[in-house]
Amino acid sequence: MSTLTIADVERIARLANLELTHDEKELFTKQLADILAYAEQVQAVDTTGVEATAHVNAHGVERADEPKPCLEVSEAVANAPDAAPEAGLFRVPRVIG
Amino acid sequence: MTLTTAREIREAVVVGKASAVEFARAALARIEQTNPTLNAFNHLVAERAIAQATRIDQQRAAGATLGPLAGVPVALKDNLCVKGVRTTASSKILDTFHPPYSATVVDKLESAGAVIIGKTNCDEFAMGSSNENSAYGPVRNPWATDRTPGGSSGGSAAAVAAQCVPLALGSDTGGSIRQPASFCGVVGLKPTYGRVSRYGLLAFASSLDQIGPFTRTVADAAIALSALSGRDAMDSTSSAEAVPDFASALTGDIRGVRVGVPRAFVADGVDEAVRRAFDQALDVLREAGATLVDVDLPHARYAIPVYYLICTAEASSNLARYDGVKYGHRAATTKDDTLFTMYSRTRDEGFGPEVKRRIMLGTYVLSAGYYDAFYLKAQQVRTLLRQDYARALEQADVIVMPTSPTPPFTLGEKTDDPLQMYLADIFTVSVNLAGLPGVSIPCGFTDGSEHLPLGFQVIGRMFDEATMLRVADAYERATTWAKSVAPL
Repeated sequence: MSTLTIADVERIARLANLELTHDEKELFTKQLADILAYAEQVQAVDTTGVEATAHVNAHGVERADEPKPCLEVSEAVANAPDAAPEAGLFRVPRVIG
Repeated sequence: MTLTTAREIREAVVVGKASAVEFARAALARIEQTNPTLNAFNHLVAERAIAQATRIDQQRAAGATLGPLAGVPVALKDNLCVKGVRTTASSKILDTFHPPYSATVVDKLESAGAVIIGKTNCDEFAMGSSNENSAYGPVRNPWATDRTPGGSSGGSAAAVAAQCVPLALGSDTGGSIRQPASFCGVVGLKPTYGRVSRYGLLAFASSLDQIGPFTRTVADAAIALSALSGRDAMDSTSSAEAVPDFASALTGDIRGVRVGVPRAFVADGVDEAVRRAFDQALDVLREAGATLVDVDLPHARYAIPVYYLICTAEASSNLARYDGVKYGHRAATTKDDTLFTMYSRTRDEGFGPEVKRRIMLGTYVLSAGYYDAFYLKAQQVRTLLRQDYARALEQADVIVMPTSPTPPFTLGEKTDDPLQMYLADIFTVSVNLAGLPGVSIPCGFTDGSEHLPLGFQVIGRMFDEATMLRVADAYERATTWAKSVAPL
């Protein structure tokens, strides 16, 4: 039986880039614990030697690595909340705290 | 002007009985009339629709051969990109997003002559089974407005059921086309994984997502599937498998077809009305000449946990792109805030509770120490489930089961308990995990004054939608459900 603490939820939220409120953290601690307890039933299945399915029709799809037309820079930045379209750049807050 | 089926509308346009513009105006008028009640549409593209319809009418006047969907008004789930047209996935985080390109299915629809009318409401990023996770409010079921239309493509299902459009597209990751089709009394088809290009579909779980049609009849679903299918260089998972004319497979003859019934899997937890309607559907298929055979899917009981472990893992990765940099909402920051504060605040403000819950769950099952026990294990059980289906589809040509264990439930009934909501997907998710095609078709109503639609699904072999549709069509011909119209 997995147990989940608020500290676990805070750790996962950091990994997921989600700033949760205190109420959300409490709610998710309970709900995620319930869901994981339910999901633990898969561990009862014997999967010795069974390959994992990541994809149902995985097939090698290769193409020549050649330049082709793609989105114009102006189109690529058109939806950005903050951009410098003339420079073709997205603008973001400072990276180092 | 009555909006009937896609086939009839195209025929009327071809012979000149009515124009594409008239059908487009009729669809827009019907939406205007019903949307205050249903909330099925997030937004309309009236001018664009009239312009496309005018082109179709001009092509006809010039004597050109018209496409298989000429003049047919179509609605698109709001997670499908149309160049320059607002596309939100019913999320606040994409409230102002105008894609710089169109989904491949949009180009295919338009080159077949279809007229896109508007974008339909859905659960946020297609995550939900009741359409209650939309940032723009729930959709209501045209048969009973206190009920959910199902989800996540609830708006597309309701739009077809309310005769706003004869054809709508949805996406199905774990049942999001078939379950709302069942709840709204219409046909909903999830193609084989890889049959239809996913390019321009806002990704939720990439190994499971497929785009497919909602229609009033199986014949319309077949016509739409032929128009939508095919290899696309923009989606490496799309298949080069030949695309048949699916409508020509609808012979009405299912004598000798082996229909598999997974009796043990459907034995428990099925509502009495659903069970009765399903048993009657089996009788209809038998009377039409099909042979019923028992099949066993021993790992299907694990489908829900396997599905929710895999789809949330994939979602947590796919939704990492919504970070306030390239598009969509960005949280306000001060001079002292860093990039990482902006990311996490943006995502907290922009995503709704279910999306956050799934991102959290997916991040957890992919994180160090839990990957093997949850994610890898789920992928292994997925293999066992695929093998179950492969064996069953050697004994049978198609498999049938109820689409949903219950009739449409009441709005608000399951919103406080996410696990209860997930359990409602028991009969749909395994089909996505196996990559198989499935189609839900109406098979009756609950008794009494409630008169709620019920459906069952026909599941086919990989890339054998033709046999699956032939069985569904034969059932439809032998019954009258397709002629029932929502009272709205």
